[in-house]
Amino acid sequence: MLTENWSELTSCERFEERFKRWMNPPGVEFASSEVRQAYVERTQIIKEAIELKKPLRVPISPIMGTFPAAYGGITVQEAMYDYQKMSDAYYKFHRDFQVDTLSSTFMAGPGKILEILDYRLYKWAGHGTPPTSSYQCQEGEYMREDEYDLLINDPTNFWIRCYLPRVFGAFASWTALSPFTDLVELPFVGAVMIPMGLPAVRESLKKLMEAGEAAIEWIEAVKAADGRITAEIGLPALFGGFCKAPFDTLGDTLRGTQNIMLDLYRRPGKLMEAMERLVPINIDMAVRSSEANNNPMIFIPLHKGDDSFMSPRDFARFYWPTLKKVLLGLIEEGIVPCVFVEGSYNQRLDFLADPELPEGRIIWIFDKTDMRAAKEKLAGRACIAGNVPASMFLAGTPLQMEQYVRDLIETAGKDGGFILATGAVLDDVRPENLQAMIEAGLKYGRYS
Amino acid sequence: MLDKLYHAIVEMREPEALQLAEEALKSGISPLMLMDCCRQAVVEVGQRYQSGRYYLAELMLAGQMLTQISALFADSSWARAGLMLTEQMLKEISGSREESAAATEGEGGQRPKLGRVLMGTVKGDIHDIGKNIVTFMLDINGFEVRDLGVDVDPQVFVKEAMSFQPHIVGMSGLLTLACESMEETVRALETAGLRENIKIMIGGAPINEQVREYTRADAWGKDAVAAVALAKKWMGVA
Repeated sequence: MLTENWSELTSCERFEERFKRWMNPPGVEFASSEVRQAYVERTQIIKEAIELKKPLRVPISPIMGTFPAAYGGITVQEAMYDYQKMSDAYYKFHRDFQVDTLSSTFMAGPGKILEILDYRLYKWAGHGTPPTSSYQCQEGEYMREDEYDLLINDPTNFWIRCYLPRVFGAFASWTALSPFTDLVELPFVGAVMIPMGLPAVRESLKKLMEAGEAAIEWIEAVKAADGRITAEIGLPALFGGFCKAPFDTLGDTLRGTQNIMLDLYRRPGKLMEAMERLVPINIDMAVRSSEANNNPMIFIPLHKGDDSFMSPRDFARFYWPTLKKVLLGLIEEGIVPCVFVEGSYNQRLDFLADPELPEGRIIWIFDKTDMRAAKEKLAGRACIAGNVPASMFLAGTPLQMEQYVRDLIETAGKDGGFILATGAVLDDVRPENLQAMIEAGLKYGRYS
Repeated sequence: MLDKLYHAIVEMREPEALQLAEEALKSGISPLMLMDCCRQAVVEVGQRYQSGRYYLAELMLAGQMLTQISALFADSSWARAGLMLTEQMLKEISGSREESAAATEGEGGQRPKLGRVLMGTVKGDIHDIGKNIVTFMLDINGFEVRDLGVDVDPQVFVKEAMSFQPHIVGMSGLLTLACESMEETVRALETAGLRENIKIMIGGAPINEQVREYTRADAWGKDAVAAVALAKKWMGVA
């Protein structure tokens, strides 16, 4: 809750309150009044694009993967382990390109913490992937088919005693823990503590403390690195947090692609029940991070609802309803869902244009979806963004980039409600092509 | 009964398909005939996927039905030869490459193949779902596929191309780094003098015509259906 009367505010008032904080970030000392002015202007044009107005110009916000590290002359591995190098690389990237939003150093990932906890869900630079490569998820069945009820009955308990022991080597012993919900009366206090005394559990608690210390060190570095970019270059962070479509929480994190697809047929009822349970959990995750970061924008990458994964009928039945609930829940809180629509959604545009989703409160960042069709469906409903393909940065020429951006702004950017962004997270980039994207955005993106 | 089984598989009625398969075996229908029926059903599922009626979910469920049906008589050693093809399909769907490759190598005497395709997810990328589906679709369309798995070094592509003598090399990748690895792999094939006799197709999330040009592959495809169409065209059977 950001204000004492939060519960009395309308969603629009909450939206305004959150933007007020984003536009006047507490604790940031800008290097000069010009930098502050640039910061405010950037947040203003983004807000107006979201509200489907015609801002002064189209905001330019490419989504970065590992490129800031590479551009700064360090490996991805160095960015994950050496915070000073990470900070310098990201600063250089943002200073040289002057896009409209900050790509947070948060996303580089804390290698040390992952190592302490023996994290197994991902491979990362130097830990299963080459030092120059981005981290990659190792899909698996981290929740068994017979565990739906455990998840549904008590998600936190499932997470602590089933999921975490499987994805963190350090927490392998947590299968032995008692649920904390046992702590209801005096005689049970001792019982719940018994597993805490097991040697393996005690070892895991030490690891937890070690990871906590490493996390403080890491977040201080992230805050300092991002804070410096904001204060000296005037860039607002594009995202203040993260959550997921409930179908993807299950499909990416717990069941794996193959199993979630089988569950559509084998246990549709349980699947839907589990997704319902994950709705408030995803909303809560987003609200907390938005408030911690004074940033109303929440990133939601969509993975398994793409045109090719399931039929439109299954999308309507399984994927969309709980995603829509998450979106509505966030909008009710005054938060802007920035939905990264990975893959292609050409068969799904009618869902995205759902009239029950309030106008001017969402950003749909598209990947390969047809942008002309997206604009037609979503004009007057929601801000659209994205689509500049990763290939253009790697294999294109500055001239090709300029033409691509010009065409994109002419169609998708017509009459506002548009942010110039990439259709993918960028790793391999020729700097001159990124520069060309930015210049074309400035050249063709003026509305007045 | 086999007709019913065929329809149960094609229409995604899993419990019924399993029950029918069990009954068929009990009634004395030979495992070979049973598996041939299953194979035809899977081909139909593949065709429905090809025509846009079915999606990833249906392909995966079909694969699972086959796994379970073949497990019904997995102990029967004389039936194994007939099972090979099916097992290979399952492995492709479920992504267990070693056994899949073994199945391709191990058995002669199957139907004549349209051509040989060497498949893999390129160096640095560990994503395999798209690659598995392409492998599966090529297989049920009559190609002999050797699947090298994920994170495949260019030199492994070269080595395997020498031994397998593929008509086509297919490379897959989800991350943008795959584009560089694909270019590197094409270069390695060129350097090894193998490029002339091989057609190269690429696919995956970041792949488009621009990446095709960059990597000097012969063609790119947006999905498994496109991969099959390309392979057939190249083998002159379109």
